[in-house]
Amino acid sequence: MTSNAIASTAPDARSIHPLWMRITHWLNALAVLVLVASGWRIYNASPLFAFRIPDAVTLGGWLGGALQWHFAAMWLLVFNGFVYLAINIASGRLAARFFPVTPAGVWHDALAALKGRLSHADPRRYNSVQKLAYLFVMLDIAVIVLSGLVLWKSVQFAVLRELLGGYELARRIHFFGMASLVAFVAVHLVMVALVPRTLLTMIRGRAPKQ
Amino acid sequence: MKIFKAPRMTGVDGDAVVREARTLIARQLDQPARRAFLQRSLTLGGLSLLTGCSISDDSHVEAALSKISRFNDKVQGLIFSPTQLAETYPESMITRPFPFNAYYGEDEVREVDEAGYRLEVTGMVADRRNWTLAELRAMPQHDQVTRHICVEGWSAIGKWGGVRFADFLHRIGADTTAKYVGFKCADDYYTSIDMPTALHPQTLLTLSYDGQPLPPKYGFPMKLRMPTKLGYKNPKHIKAIFVTNTYSGGYWEDQGYNWFGGS
Repeated sequence: MTSNAIASTAPDARSIHPLWMRITHWLNALAVLVLVASGWRIYNASPLFAFRIPDAVTLGGWLGGALQWHFAAMWLLVFNGFVYLAINIASGRLAARFFPVTPAGVWHDALAALKGRLSHADPRRYNSVQKLAYLFVMLDIAVIVLSGLVLWKSVQFAVLRELLGGYELARRIHFFGMASLVAFVAVHLVMVALVPRTLLTMIRGRAPKQ
Repeated sequence: MKIFKAPRMTGVDGDAVVREARTLIARQLDQPARRAFLQRSLTLGGLSLLTGCSISDDSHVEAALSKISRFNDKVQGLIFSPTQLAETYPESMITRPFPFNAYYGEDEVREVDEAGYRLEVTGMVADRRNWTLAELRAMPQHDQVTRHICVEGWSAIGKWGGVRFADFLHRIGADTTAKYVGFKCADDYYTSIDMPTALHPQTLLTLSYDGQPLPPKYGFPMKLRMPTKLGYKNPKHIKAIFVTNTYSGGYWEDQGYNWFGGS
């Protein structure tokens, strides 16, 4: 992005989200949806905790079907995630958009948000709470993928298994990684509902005319 | 092949026929639940999937998922290391009681009579004679305390003992360049595995559990134990083994479980 574009005064002409980022975002959303819904069905086959997920919100119809969806969508998540991270890092966008992020900044912005005084005037600049949330979800998905690899092939990926504390602990890491991701998505969707133009931006890449 | 030949209808055992008919009917009755997997693919994520194809076209979705599952078989074959050993544990970590697991309830465990038992060996092997349990017990025995991982997610540690399967395959002059080893079981279960896993040093033709002869609920007279594969790949009550280049699937695999089933 050139400095001219940033200084431009026509908001609708300014690209906020590049095309690659919008595509990877929606593919990631799709992969997460399929993986979580099928994962819930797999969870029900042998619940870790004293509850089950209602079958109506799961994908796959039975354990075998859910596993097929799960092990198909995992490829989408991993390849798409790899492309997202690679372009993000190589283009410098990750450093520019998400850093620096400081505890003091997060505290300040969180308080401001609670008081309803957090500005969304410039959709190209994330506030500290957003930076933290997006960095967290990237890290969380990475943890889910790594623990998922251990569950999928705990014998073949022995080093990774040991790093995650063994098969049974990896199972719990995978579960809580999922729970954190679902919590993120819930908050994410509430935020989009509060500031609907962010949805248009994620689809069209530009800010709508004010 | 001999093991696929229909039994002669002389001296029909009425009870056995009824029992078999019941399992067959039960399987048919289960089908709607499995078909529901396709209908319910329409829930939640289903609608947004495969834009451009009609998601309601079940056969397309099923075919696509099956294709990816076959691809995942290949990937697992590549990931599989013939020298990578599964973790072993001290005996103090054995799960007690070790869970019973089958496609039927524990009250339906098959009792196999040792006196009349012969293990059938067919296919791409030099020596196609039947084996008695005594002959198998006379071969070098090995123990392992390993983790059994179920496709459902739970896992349990157990102790199995028996003949290293690679030793057995060499003894019968199996063609180890063949792709598959298949198993037929006394409880009508069947499965097949890839040759590299069959030759893995921790793949045992087990005759004992926790130092005792394998009890019926754990698969008497023998169970193939592979710590490198998920539970459903480990057949119990084995009555026939065949070496082949023809894919022969398995009880769960034919219903949609991944065939390779590595762990």
